[in-house]
Amino acid sequence: MTLVAMVLGLMAVLLFGGYIAHIKYALQTDVVTRTGHLQIQHKDYFSIGTGNPATFGISDYERILEMVRRDPVLAPMLVVATPTLQFGAIASNSAESVTRTVYVTGVVVEDQKRLHEWNDYGLQEFESKHHVTLSGTAPDTAVIGTGVARVLQLCGPLNVPDCGPSAVAARAPGAALPADIVALASQAKPPEPEVPGHGLPRIEVLAANSRGAPNVATISVVDAEFQGVKELDDVYVGMHLSQAQKLVFGTAPPKVTAIVLQFHHTEQIPAARARIEELLRTTLEGEPLGLVDYETLDPIYKQTLAMFAAIFGFISVLMGAIVLFTVTNTMSMAVAERTGEIGTLRAIGLRRSGIRAMFVGEGIVLGCIGAVLGIGASLGMAWIINELGFSWTPPGRVDRVPVAVHLAGENALMLGSAVALALVAALSALLPAVRASHMNIVDALRHI
Amino acid sequence: MPNPHALADDRQKRSMHPVVLTGISKTYRLDAVDVPALIDIDLIVLPNRFTVISGPSGSGKTTLLNLIGCIDRPDQGTIIVGGKQVQGLSDDALSDFRARRLGFVFQNFNLLPVLTAYENVEYPLVLAAVAPAERRARVEQLLAAVGLAAHARKRPGQLSGGQRQRVAIARALVRNPQIVLADEPTANLDSKTGAEIIDLMRSMQQQQRVSFIFSSHDPKVLEAADDAVYINDGRVTLVKRRHDVSAVRS
Repeated sequence: MTLVAMVLGLMAVLLFGGYIAHIKYALQTDVVTRTGHLQIQHKDYFSIGTGNPATFGISDYERILEMVRRDPVLAPMLVVATPTLQFGAIASNSAESVTRTVYVTGVVVEDQKRLHEWNDYGLQEFESKHHVTLSGTAPDTAVIGTGVARVLQLCGPLNVPDCGPSAVAARAPGAALPADIVALASQAKPPEPEVPGHGLPRIEVLAANSRGAPNVATISVVDAEFQGVKELDDVYVGMHLSQAQKLVFGTAPPKVTAIVLQFHHTEQIPAARARIEELLRTTLEGEPLGLVDYETLDPIYKQTLAMFAAIFGFISVLMGAIVLFTVTNTMSMAVAERTGEIGTLRAIGLRRSGIRAMFVGEGIVLGCIGAVLGIGASLGMAWIINELGFSWTPPGRVDRVPVAVHLAGENALMLGSAVALALVAALSALLPAVRASHMNIVDALRHI
Repeated sequence: MPNPHALADDRQKRSMHPVVLTGISKTYRLDAVDVPALIDIDLIVLPNRFTVISGPSGSGKTTLLNLIGCIDRPDQGTIIVGGKQVQGLSDDALSDFRARRLGFVFQNFNLLPVLTAYENVEYPLVLAAVAPAERRARVEQLLAAVGLAAHARKRPGQLSGGQRQRVAIARALVRNPQIVLADEPTANLDSKTGAEIIDLMRSMQQQQRVSFIFSSHDPKVLEAADDAVYINDGRVTLVKRRHDVSAVRS
């Protein structure tokens, strides 16, 4: 029973640890495919400049990109280095007279495609998420979040599900787009397109240009894509970088808000960071640039891991306590049953320390056997769970994610848990061992 | 002023005799009642002898044996075992002393049930970190001497009572102790087997030149003894020595 308790306790810890490992890898992959591992930004952009790409943008970004791509230290680590421009705007569907605030992301589509292909941990749920709908489209096209599509009443043309009649009913009669915006849009509207965007639903995107004046562009929407998180899905507009730059900077020299760097492995971040910081101190001295990593860019990543780490710690302590009391009980019974043996050993010359070592050693052996069996059983159970293909919907998300246990290869977790189990078993045996070593020899010998 | 010759003689006697007890008393406390087990015992055990401590149940035989065996401590008096005064020794030092100088044979055999006969005999040598080759030679020699060479790989549960006691005798002798203490070694054996065990111990005592001290009220053991110490109500009432026809009152 003691061994069973130890094995079950270790299984609980390892399976939960493996589940956390999977969540960590999945979250990390999700974040890194969106933000890259590191971003070179204006040093104040992340803290105060996200609403002002003109002031906090990077003007000389092409030279910096080339420098990074050709750098002998960074180049071997790089998967992609790509510029992005992000800013807030207002999107409207003048045909339906609806508007909403959005967050525009301008990207180099082919770079973005490579960015999305990163799957260093080989997670199945990311295998099918590589396509970027903007690939091969005209420069004045965009992809919007399904939430944006619903608000802008583009569900029909874009085949967005779950658009109830409430969307249509919500339209207030006469709530037309302001006349000045319509006029501005008509000025910006290109001649009737004979381009790939022809026949697609169109929206107007209004943004403040670099001089603070409003600028508007008419964009063809090629698709509505769910962005995973509702908050992002409700504001996302993705477009070609050139179009985004034209909207914000017009004919002025274009800027970007970040240079996104993605590496082959997350473990390469420290080396890459050191090299880029060196470049910022030397070649790029005087440029007001800074580095931000993916954990800072998406604080939910660290917060989620911290939450799971706290739960893991709680479960580990709970299981440790159960194992501790179980082994203590077992060893106490063993001491009681072996009182005569203890007396004999002491009589023939075994020191008290020898008796202590004997019982603590037995506790460690018990712990080691429990650890080996527990690891084996956990690996088997992890395989079964992964094969069963359970899924769940995490908080803040709308799509389901798999319940998977990433245990194989988590050597630090398995070794750490095994050592902890052996130590707990040794600790559990210590008190009975001390009691055994202080037994009166004569009384122990009398015990039958 | 003490006579220097007498002091030197006393020291020599103490170092010669395996056991010298002087003024030993021991009282147990049962609930709130003090029960005297030994009262003012003076005793000298002669070297290389077969000494039996005899007396009725509750007379203090086992307590006396435990004190000589350094597994219990007296309330008063001095115990010198193998020329060493043992009261002042620490628990670890006493353990080491028992391991080096003393061998034990118990009424219930007290073999380690998970070990084979060979391993039981070997165990004291393992504790003493004796080299494996030397261990093997010594264990095989002793198992042959007690007639159990063919049963070396059997566990205690697979052996008869007499065989178990033979293993215990081999274990007691394996480290060449100065004294072997045996508490009622034949009490759990039938008379024939008991007699065989006495014969074996007698012959081992003569072969190994060891002092054997028994507690027993078995007449056969008393017959085999060189010296007999009679004890009653915690006091030595008579000491008989085979080569000393006079009976000496304590």
